[in-house]
Amino acid sequence: MGGRGVELAELSYRDAVAYGIAQEMRRDPTLVMLGEDIAAAGGVFKTTVGLLDEFGPDRVRDTPISEQAILGAAMGAAMTGIPVIAEIMFSDFIAVCFDMLANEIAKSRYMTNGQVSFPLVVRTANGGGARFGAQHSQSVENWCMMIPGLKVVAPSTPADVVGLMAASVRDPDPVVFFEHKSLMATSAEIPGGEIIDQLGTARVVREGDDATIVALALMVPRAMEAAEQLAERGISAEVIDVRSLVPLDTQTILDSVGKTARLYTVEENPRLCGWGAEISSIVGEEAFWDLDGPIIRITTPHIPLPAADSLEDLALPSVTRIVETVVESMDRA
Amino acid sequence: MPTDPRYDYSLREPRVPSLPGWSPEDGEVTMDVRLDLYRTLHELRQFEKRAYDLFMQNLVKGTSHLSLGMEAVAAGFGVAMREDDYTFATYRGHAHSLARGMELGPAMAELLGRENGILGGKGGSMHLTDAANGMMGSYAIIGAHLCIANGAAWSAKLRGTDQVAVAFFGDGTTNIGAFHEALNMAKVWELPVVFVCENNLYMEYTPIDFVTAVSNPAADRAAAYGLERIVIDGNDADVVYLTATAAIERARTGGGPSLIEAVTYRSGGHSRADPGKYRPPEEVEAWKGHDPIPIYHQRLLSLGTPEDSLSAIQREVAQAVDAATEFAKLGSPPGPESLFTEVWADGGSSWRN
Repeated sequence: MGGRGVELAELSYRDAVAYGIAQEMRRDPTLVMLGEDIAAAGGVFKTTVGLLDEFGPDRVRDTPISEQAILGAAMGAAMTGIPVIAEIMFSDFIAVCFDMLANEIAKSRYMTNGQVSFPLVVRTANGGGARFGAQHSQSVENWCMMIPGLKVVAPSTPADVVGLMAASVRDPDPVVFFEHKSLMATSAEIPGGEIIDQLGTARVVREGDDATIVALALMVPRAMEAAEQLAERGISAEVIDVRSLVPLDTQTILDSVGKTARLYTVEENPRLCGWGAEISSIVGEEAFWDLDGPIIRITTPHIPLPAADSLEDLALPSVTRIVETVVESMDRA
Repeated sequence: MPTDPRYDYSLREPRVPSLPGWSPEDGEVTMDVRLDLYRTLHELRQFEKRAYDLFMQNLVKGTSHLSLGMEAVAAGFGVAMREDDYTFATYRGHAHSLARGMELGPAMAELLGRENGILGGKGGSMHLTDAANGMMGSYAIIGAHLCIANGAAWSAKLRGTDQVAVAFFGDGTTNIGAFHEALNMAKVWELPVVFVCENNLYMEYTPIDFVTAVSNPAADRAAAYGLERIVIDGNDADVVYLTATAAIERARTGGGPSLIEAVTYRSGGHSRADPGKYRPPEEVEAWKGHDPIPIYHQRLLSLGTPEDSLSAIQREVAQAVDAATEFAKLGSPPGPESLFTEVWADGGSSWRN
């Protein structure tokens, strides 16, 4: 990460989005963005505030409620030399334009044997905890992870939002960038100066010896808090923030499992085919003999998300559920 | 037996060509352009006929959708477009690709799934693309590419290049949501894009009027997007060329998008597997009498072009198609190493470390 030795500033996850986009739009005068309510309104999550004023209406464009037209415009512009950031307001709406993402953007490079490139980023607000119900709360990063040709990123901190945004924009391939709705209000210090991170790199955010907990986005702070509580009960947990699902940093995970001999994934996806299933499969195939116990996935049950706070809290993996699952499974050993 | 009388095709009113062909009041077309149109028509016709023969020999696998009978639309636009303009086509895209200058050999080799194909055998018949010639792709799930054409037009506007994007699609596409999203955005953003509906009267196997609320599937929707209603004879290469020239010029000079409905007819079925039996025989016959190639041949003769010059063009094209066929047949099947290339811009397909 850049910015070493530069003064730190406190930034919210929400503000980090516009901060990261602005950094890239200043660097590359050809970079444009489009989406619903992103210009004058500053985005429904206020993640694009100030961009219209700084970069003007030609580079920051409001669109109709036409997700296929949004991603189509992004694709057509990207393949003809204009890098684009497109916003799909809620990640659930990816279902409305999945043809664009899954069939057109992801596959056209391969189908044309490399004749065209797609330097584009699809940003979208992902995840639960906001009591929005089943159609505005899903974690759909696994929908994108399963499509060859898409890169998939889901930052958990303001600094990662900025650094991974820069990496995504500068990547010549299509990247789906998941911003977590329930992290918007969180804040942290970020270094001054230009911040550039790297796709395909997981981060060990807490070191430990007894168990590896792999988490993503909102599940990272929950895993961290769970690790604190586990420490009080004598279990030393290592926490890994996956950050990037495609490319996937399997080495950091395999190294950690080699040390702790236990793997837990904490996923907001419903149970079937969440990203943790792929990581479990890789660890099962490649590090089976390092393991002292079964790999355990902690996920949202295989249900649509409910709206009521009491129900949604039961559905999403909680700190308590993470702690209890780890403790129970270690006790069984 | 179907209970709905509409499915008794013997009761169907055949829809026969009725739009006016070219007349001098429509505008002048130079003889150079006309000869270019004539050659392009023949190139598309002879290529598609050869592609059909190669299916029959099982040298072309999968499926394929030919433009036989519909060549005047691709030819008219291909000749009218500037070298750096953008074409977006559907799975029925051989003609549109060739009309932009894709070489016949690599095009034919792609149909045969050979290494020397324009896409190295990875795309096949439904995805012909030649970005170097402005042919930005053939898209096999209809509708999406109208939205993508908008993006290319937007990009041209941002870069200040006055390039124009042209998206071709069939009548069936007018009933998918992306068509409507694309037209609305193109108009709101005043994009330099031309949408060309090739209305061949059938969406795959079903008459378009069975499934569409209006009788002209594209033109009758134009008003909803603030666009002019344009319906033309899509089998008259001069009419298509002049219409294309006007719409492209309008887009190039800041006049915004156009929607053109070019009425035409497939000589054959929807795809390789379809004999097209759902069409009334009188209708098929009537359209045979309105085939774009004899129409144009007669026009050139009546304008004084000697028969010899025209037959010389036909022979040259036939030789080129023969050479393309040989080129394709001599190509090797793509090697296993190419399976894993070009997923990403670094040329590879790696998703993990």
